[in-house]
Amino acid sequence: MDNNSLLTIIQDKLTSQFGSDFLSAELVAEYPTFIVKKDSIANVIKFLYDDKELAFQYLTTLAAIHYPDNQGQEFAVMYQLHNLPKNLRIRVKIFFSVNDLAVPSITSIFSGANWMERQEYDFFGIQFIGHPNLKRILNMDDMDYHPMRKEYALEDGTRKDKDDKMFGR
Amino acid sequence: MDAIQKSKIELIKAPPGIEGAGFFATSLDKAVGIARSNSLWPLPFATSCCGIEFMATMASTYDLARFGSERLSFSPRQADLLMVMGTIAKKLAPVLLQVYEQMAEPRWVLSMGACASSGGIFDTYSVLQGIDRILPVDVYIPGCPPRPEQVLDGIMQIQKLAQSETIRRRSSPEYSELLNKYGIE
Repeated sequence: MDNNSLLTIIQDKLTSQFGSDFLSAELVAEYPTFIVKKDSIANVIKFLYDDKELAFQYLTTLAAIHYPDNQGQEFAVMYQLHNLPKNLRIRVKIFFSVNDLAVPSITSIFSGANWMERQEYDFFGIQFIGHPNLKRILNMDDMDYHPMRKEYALEDGTRKDKDDKMFGR
Repeated sequence: MDAIQKSKIELIKAPPGIEGAGFFATSLDKAVGIARSNSLWPLPFATSCCGIEFMATMASTYDLARFGSERLSFSPRQADLLMVMGTIAKKLAPVLLQVYEQMAEPRWVLSMGACASSGGIFDTYSVLQGIDRILPVDVYIPGCPPRPEQVLDGIMQIQKLAQSETIRRRSSPEYSELLNKYGIE
């Protein structure tokens, strides 16, 4: 199955199953990519998992993205799914506002999503609803912000020896 | 008999003192200093590429055993010298501090390479910007990573410190003040 027909098949299935919760589908760099509404993401991934023909039963990765200039849709979460028997790969994306960071957890579908969602909570502060153990995983426990958000500087804020004269800041 | 060469091995010279028939008198500081400095047991806290250079330092070409430091101690309780070699993430800082606190006095700390000494190129939210932010450091070795010669030089600097240190230093109020500055004890 080529990527174009895969795109069409999934587009039809998602439209009939989820109606207006399914937003758009397009090929991004030969990669079928689907955008759905945030609150239905767990249902969409469950549907793609259970569907006999599609059977996306392996979660390659999930990642959060911060678009600070994208007013009202500052955050995105991208899920990369894989059908191992047929070697098909797709992406599912959700976009949402910084004021509403609650995303349904998919840990009940993929146990492997547990640490991935913890990582995105750690670095972006996204609240995964239904996650069994949502706490920091990589950063130290007493860190008081989510460092991969673009509003924070990359550099360690405690350095006193770096000034503009020497480092061109 | 000419074929037998004189040994090239140089033994440690006796400290200055008073020598006579059947006795040798010197100060306890000097005798203890010589003993300590020539049998330092290092604890290698190697987290990245500096640790690889340390392996070269331990191996036959550079051979740290010549300085009496071939016995690595992986238990902090038996170690004299904490060698921190590599990037220390902020999450690892409490672990490093705990290792330091478990070492018995006298203890020395050697910070090897740019990362351990200053954070190095990792000027970022997750990396400790120098281990001297959490514990007192005796000798810094510059380099990224330093060559084994530099490590040997650093060890020799520690040996000099161990030799010249009075045996009362560790119980002095200045020393406990230094530790208190780091919130230790």
